[in-house]
Amino acid sequence: MDLTQLSIDGIRSTVQERSTTAFALAEAHYARIEKEDGEIGAFLTLCKERALEQADRIDRMAAEGKELPPLGGVPVAIKDVMSTRGVRTTAGSKILGHYIPPYDCTAVARMEAAGAVVLGKTNCDEFAMGSSNENSAFRPVRNPHDSSRVPGGSSGGSAAAVAADMAVVALGSDTGGSIRQPASFCGVVGLMPTYGRVSRYGLIAFASSLDHIGPLTRTVKDAAIVLHTIAGRDPMDPTSADLPVPDYVAELEKPVRGLKLGVAKEYFGEGLDDEVRHAVESAIDRLKSFGCEIVPVSLPHTPYAIPTYYLIATAEASANLARYDGVRYSYRAAGVKSLSEMYRRSRDEGFGAEVKRRIMLGTYALSAGYYDAYYLKAQKVRTLLTRDFEEAFSKVDAIVTPTSPTAAFRLGEKSNDPLAMYLADIYTVTADLAGIPGISVPCGETSEKLPIGLQILGKHFDEATIMRVAHAYEQGA
Amino acid sequence: MKVTEKDVIYVADLANLELSESERIAMVRDLNSILDYVDRLNELDTSNVEPMAQVSDRYGVDASKQGSAGFGYASREDVVEGLRKSLPQEVALENAPDADGTFFRVPKVIER
Repeated sequence: MDLTQLSIDGIRSTVQERSTTAFALAEAHYARIEKEDGEIGAFLTLCKERALEQADRIDRMAAEGKELPPLGGVPVAIKDVMSTRGVRTTAGSKILGHYIPPYDCTAVARMEAAGAVVLGKTNCDEFAMGSSNENSAFRPVRNPHDSSRVPGGSSGGSAAAVAADMAVVALGSDTGGSIRQPASFCGVVGLMPTYGRVSRYGLIAFASSLDHIGPLTRTVKDAAIVLHTIAGRDPMDPTSADLPVPDYVAELEKPVRGLKLGVAKEYFGEGLDDEVRHAVESAIDRLKSFGCEIVPVSLPHTPYAIPTYYLIATAEASANLARYDGVRYSYRAAGVKSLSEMYRRSRDEGFGAEVKRRIMLGTYALSAGYYDAYYLKAQKVRTLLTRDFEEAFSKVDAIVTPTSPTAAFRLGEKSNDPLAMYLADIYTVTADLAGIPGISVPCGETSEKLPIGLQILGKHFDEATIMRVAHAYEQGA
Repeated sequence: MKVTEKDVIYVADLANLELSESERIAMVRDLNSILDYVDRLNELDTSNVEPMAQVSDRYGVDASKQGSAGFGYASREDVVEGLRKSLPQEVALENAPDADGTFFRVPKVIER
């Protein structure tokens, strides 16, 4: 039995039956990391002691004949923007290079309470700002399918860890596409839940009105199990929704026949790679063959999504990142003479180029004289983009699109052109702005064997339907 | 050109950044390129459109909208809920670049 190939349910039952142990599973994944990760670079920090302690706890439960919790013994990786008590958490930034949080992110705590074994923290673009993982202050991540290519970003390490079988599940975060786009590039499933479905407590803030935590997995069913584990009200995050959490796994098995799926021409226009278009159109045909009704819808404001996103996300980031001042927990420059010099030099030395660019853009958009023209304008267009979805969802149950206009690009290909990099998120940012859920599921590959992703967007708090469609596609494909 | 080097110096000052000369030159170029692109928002008439700072702005206060129940926190009662105890002092100081056991230590604040 190859211990790095099991599903969540497979692990739980195998460990429960004592055919293997959580300890052996953790060791098998660490061995895999040892072998593969020098090349890939998915992990920034491993926490073997914590992992083996948890594995031991699960094995003792199994030995005592106690029923294991849903993620009992499952090796997981956590994007390094989620706080882990006692384990270095960097957000991919030099400014937090030595930060050791005194508390756990709620999503991580819920994973561990459900039996998951946290192997380590995954690489990402600095403060989750990027679409290629090249903005990590530590090292870029390489795509397991082709090491000359990026894994996508910003949850590139999480996607690569799952794609290379170094973890069964990874948690990522999505502010403009940072779970779905790397999932698409690495050929794994990536789910962004509705805004507020999963607590953000302990997530290092990038843009608070847009940040989401969600799973990257090999299968839709595993994503459903993880979402069920991490979803639900948390008093520590006032924006977390106080709604019942459905039995997502049971929902997967409902038929998709008769579901109305919207296809928006705005997601199939200029800039979409022909091979990606072909793969996504074939996937849509397949869903039609399952009895889904394909309905044309229009999302007319889509061309305005990227500019809207980059004004709102950077404005919020400029405020959120003001806390890194070199006083309480972040990097402090050496040899500073005054308080203001300490702030400036610490931030100058601690932040990378893209983070500074976004802080500058956001500060500019919020500054006196420009607030109305940029930030307020973007907030109004955010309403228009959200109304587009309301209109579409009055006619359909879900919307199917490509996840990204291209398959994984090469390292260095876009790193000198910020605008070109921003356009990699063109099909994902609007869902973040509207707060609706989205999932990317693999739908074939290019002639160069690079994975392609199908994105399914849903109504607020209706993750069940998009996972059901994704599951049907995955099982039938 | 919307943004000049002078603007970049002013904004960097607001953001508590200094930026080297080469960073400033690159920043002028990048910000202008991004702002040119962002200008397409002016093609849209938004004079009668409400701004949306949060998803709950649109849903939390309007029970008729799909999904609104999940955003009900937008208008919750003003009561204390689930507040965690403050961190113990020694834990709060653990990550400080410079602390004396009781306080965070910083360079002189007031120049004289």
